[in-house]
Amino acid sequence: MSASLSIQNRLRLGQGALLRGLLLLGLAALALLPVLNRLPPDSALYVSDFVVSVSGKWVCYAILALAIDLAWGYAGILSLGHGAFFALGGYAIGMHLMRLIGPRGVYGHPVLPDFMVFLGWTELPWYWQGFQFFPFALLMALVVPGLLAGVVGYLAFRSRITGVYLSIITQAMTYALMLAFFRNDMGFGGNNGFTDFKELLGMPLNTPGARAALFYAALVALGGSLLLCRHITRSKLGRVLLAVRDAESRVRFLGYDTTRVKLSVFVLSAMLAGLAGALYVPLIGIINPGEFSPGNSIEAVVWVAVGGRGTLAGALVGAFSVNAIKTWLTSFAPDLWLFVLGGLFVAVTLFLPRGLVGLLQKGDGR
Amino acid sequence: MLRVLLVLLVLAVPARAQDAFTTALAGLSGNFTAQAEAVERLGALGDPRALPILQALGEGRLLKRADGVLLLRQGEALREALSGGASTEAGEVLRINNRVRGALRGAFGRLQLLSPVEAERLAAADGLFRSRSAENVAMLEDALGREASARVRPVMELALAASRLAAGEDSAKRQGIILLGGSSSPEARAVLLEARAANAGLAAEIDQAVAAIDRRLQLKRAAETAFQGLSLGSILLLAALGLAVTFGVMGVINMAHGEMVMLGAYTTVVVQEALRGIPALAPLSLPLSVPAAFLVTAAVGVALERGLIRHLYGRPLETLLMTFGVGMILQQSVRLIFGAQNREVVSPAWMQGTLQLPGGIEVTQNRLWIIFFSLVVLGLTVAAIRFTRFGLEMRAVVQNRRIAATMGIRTGRVDAMTFAFGSGIAGIAGVAVSQIDNVSPNLGTGYIIDSFMVVVFGGVGSLAGTMIGALTLGIVNKMLEPWAGAVLAKIAVLVGIMLFIQRRPKGLFALKGRAAEQ
Amino acid sequence: MSEGRLYLDGVSVVFDGFRALNNLSLIVEPGELRAIIGPNGAGKTTMMDIITGKTRPTAGTVTFGARDLTKMDEASIANLGIGRKFQKPTVFDALTVFENLELALKAPRDPWSCLRWTLSGEARRRIEATLEEIGLSDRAQDRAAILSHGQRQWLEIGMLLMQEPQLLLVDEPVAGMTDQETEHTAALLRRIAGTRSVVVVEHDLEFVRALGEKVTVLCEGSVLSEGSIDHVQNDPRVIEVYLGR
Repeated sequence: MSASLSIQNRLRLGQGALLRGLLLLGLAALALLPVLNRLPPDSALYVSDFVVSVSGKWVCYAILALAIDLAWGYAGILSLGHGAFFALGGYAIGMHLMRLIGPRGVYGHPVLPDFMVFLGWTELPWYWQGFQFFPFALLMALVVPGLLAGVVGYLAFRSRITGVYLSIITQAMTYALMLAFFRNDMGFGGNNGFTDFKELLGMPLNTPGARAALFYAALVALGGSLLLCRHITRSKLGRVLLAVRDAESRVRFLGYDTTRVKLSVFVLSAMLAGLAGALYVPLIGIINPGEFSPGNSIEAVVWVAVGGRGTLAGALVGAFSVNAIKTWLTSFAPDLWLFVLGGLFVAVTLFLPRGLVGLLQKGDGR
Repeated sequence: MLRVLLVLLVLAVPARAQDAFTTALAGLSGNFTAQAEAVERLGALGDPRALPILQALGEGRLLKRADGVLLLRQGEALREALSGGASTEAGEVLRINNRVRGALRGAFGRLQLLSPVEAERLAAADGLFRSRSAENVAMLEDALGREASARVRPVMELALAASRLAAGEDSAKRQGIILLGGSSSPEARAVLLEARAANAGLAAEIDQAVAAIDRRLQLKRAAETAFQGLSLGSILLLAALGLAVTFGVMGVINMAHGEMVMLGAYTTVVVQEALRGIPALAPLSLPLSVPAAFLVTAAVGVALERGLIRHLYGRPLETLLMTFGVGMILQQSVRLIFGAQNREVVSPAWMQGTLQLPGGIEVTQNRLWIIFFSLVVLGLTVAAIRFTRFGLEMRAVVQNRRIAATMGIRTGRVDAMTFAFGSGIAGIAGVAVSQIDNVSPNLGTGYIIDSFMVVVFGGVGSLAGTMIGALTLGIVNKMLEPWAGAVLAKIAVLVGIMLFIQRRPKGLFALKGRAAEQ
Repeated sequence: MSEGRLYLDGVSVVFDGFRALNNLSLIVEPGELRAIIGPNGAGKTTMMDIITGKTRPTAGTVTFGARDLTKMDEASIANLGIGRKFQKPTVFDALTVFENLELALKAPRDPWSCLRWTLSGEARRRIEATLEEIGLSDRAQDRAAILSHGQRQWLEIGMLLMQEPQLLLVDEPVAGMTDQETEHTAALLRRIAGTRSVVVVEHDLEFVRALGEKVTVLCEGSVLSEGSIDHVQNDPRVIEVYLGR
């Protein structure tokens, strides 16, 4: 019996290595895209600008998926509000990009962004101070989502709000933020959000070079996030997370402060989501309150479900595959996309609870 | 004999009046003095026919033909002022000076004040209230003597009071102050405050009157806020009631609940359009939509529960995701079938208009109906759970599924029926929502979070909690709105609920003890 | 003197008017093995909930050593050295037997320490010793999900041992076990006691007899009788309410 099990174990390891290999291959292929973009357009290997910027977007989404997977797949915290952390990270960098526009705005005001001039404001609000410095903005892209997750998580976990209740609360959180950011007097550009960015770190945006640089930044961030998550999930903390996911009260009786455990993971996950948003906005060139819409968050959850939650590879596979389908489908049959997305929700929960990666990894049911 | 006399008299009066009218009209073509006198006389006569003629005079559209007949110019056309017949021959424009203009203003006010059209009298009284000149007192007293409309009278009274306040004698002013103090209009308050500076001797009376108005205004505002809150609360109640059954009682989290509300609203649209061609049934389309919406959404509910949700019992997070996907599919289907734009639902006549309550409080009929309707639906839901065989079986299955099954209850059927019941209530909510909200494919998304908040706040599994939760949230929301704005009020309520469940994680009406441990 | 002594005095718990515990008083000395029996609804599980901080008493004192347990949460109570085994065995299915024990091993519990944790040789030896003790050495690398019911119970007891508790609360450890497994469990518990206090809640009188220690009978939330198994079995009040003959 134990012999057959060890064979299974070996098989499992084999599948894991296969998956890891495929993953690395995929990431390497991604890293080539900006290079192929520089080839002459008539070359067989030429890759268009569109492909580069779209795959850059997916890389950011993959970081968001990792963040969701860490909280949901490992710690059992199904957040329907990770889009809010993503958007907050995006807004933080967006504020920096707005300040860099300087007098190049339509109204030519040396400091105030156009929308503030339009609203008749004469001074920069206090919370816009410091965003002219890139390191500060980047720090805020991590700290603000982390703080929000800390407050919401503390309140929720402390009073033992779990499962669907937590999901609904986080959904309400992103919904409330969406309403708030739609308001002009919040000082974040209302409906239109931020756009018309000019440069970042002295590099004019909308050039192939900038696109490649942002793409590599996102790719490096994805690699870093992947290593970080891998380190966590392989540590004893990772096993505590799995235990919390499956039998939280038992973990408490073992003497672990599960509130702290969950809070740390939730905050870290929110910061990763914020990082993803911060990389996304310069690539896309726009951020508006629509990013807070509850639909966005739940769509990101489906990437993880499709790929296979509880495995880091699953998050990546899901983010890339679902978004690939989306990009492909919305280009020729946009009406169909929502049916497919809705169908994915249904199909994955009913027939593929362990996602695409689960199909590969037959042995391990973690 | 007497009869003949009476008839003669009746015939004679208009004849004489016409004579006076024609005579006065003739004065309009005289010199400025004659014109001014004629205008004043026409105003005093109060004949509504004078109004368009005087208006034409004021705007330089009154002409005198060579034969002395007055003509009105309207655009390119010329008409005889008295007979109304067309005229091919033009004439010279009658010119006026400032004295005539002054006389015209007075005459307009008076003529409008006596106009047979209620809206015109209302506008005239309002205009006089704004101008508040002591000269209008007599005219207003006269008009008030003839006025019968309950809508116009209070406005005229206010105008009279304001005019009296401008008069010379203190006794008249006092009368005016008392009258104004009895109203509950912010304009009356403004008039009083304005008069305070000029009438130092009457300051005490004026302050008293202002305070009285303030009290009434406050009361009115509070009453209106309460009504709006109640109205919002009743919508929340309707939307949350179905959820209280599916989530609260069964523990099934249905993110497509908002789409059930949306399907109910679209059923109303379909029923209305189907009955449009049948005059006998068309007015009944809304009442008929209620059972139709219940049946449609209950059927969708059964399909959803038996086909999909059943397989995910005990896995709430998966159920949540799966039903969200179903909601998307439903939304997109409706969008493809009915189009993305808003659909119109006509309210029946008996639901339109506003109801005037004492103290100037206005409530819209449709909202009043929805409050009533939501309470009826709540009552029926409670009755169905308490007093029917289905309700008994449902409660049995919820309490102990295994034992219920051994008692011969087909638990699968009860699950399906319960889910259908909750979905049906959501459909009914959709009928109500169609009366006050835009019917569009994404109508449901706005309700799902609110509904969950209501259920969580009220206490999962308690219908009384759902009712009190919905009404409380509605009223609190409307109370916050005046000083926080609609969006911030909504955010404040969401944050408030999150803090509230810190203290009471199980909501207002929590189940306690062993049952709650599970 | 009071080190490691469990002391309950006048403890009452009321749920919605229902008295789950009624003025319950109980003392368990360090190193003592105590069996608690009583009919359904006597308050046995509620008593454990009170001691481990899952439920707060409506009235009364609960102390362990010098610490007031009514003011602490579950995790702090567990860290104080009070371990609990549930009626329904709960082990972590997603983890291996070894990993289950590793989680329970006494070590810093905060997230940062968990992240930086590395398994020392000493820790490995302790886990292996416990594996030996609960008889699961050859299942160490199997996931807990595939263990048999009895093995899960033992794994849970093993996890309790890894916590090095001063007081062990064990709720119905032999429910659903075969005779052989029951015997094995009794021996295990006897071996554990002596170095620490053990409170066992059990229905199975044969098992309680096999333990051969002091017995407390609970009924309607308070202590009905206390003494040796023979003493309580002959107590007329116990016969009336519990043994029912």
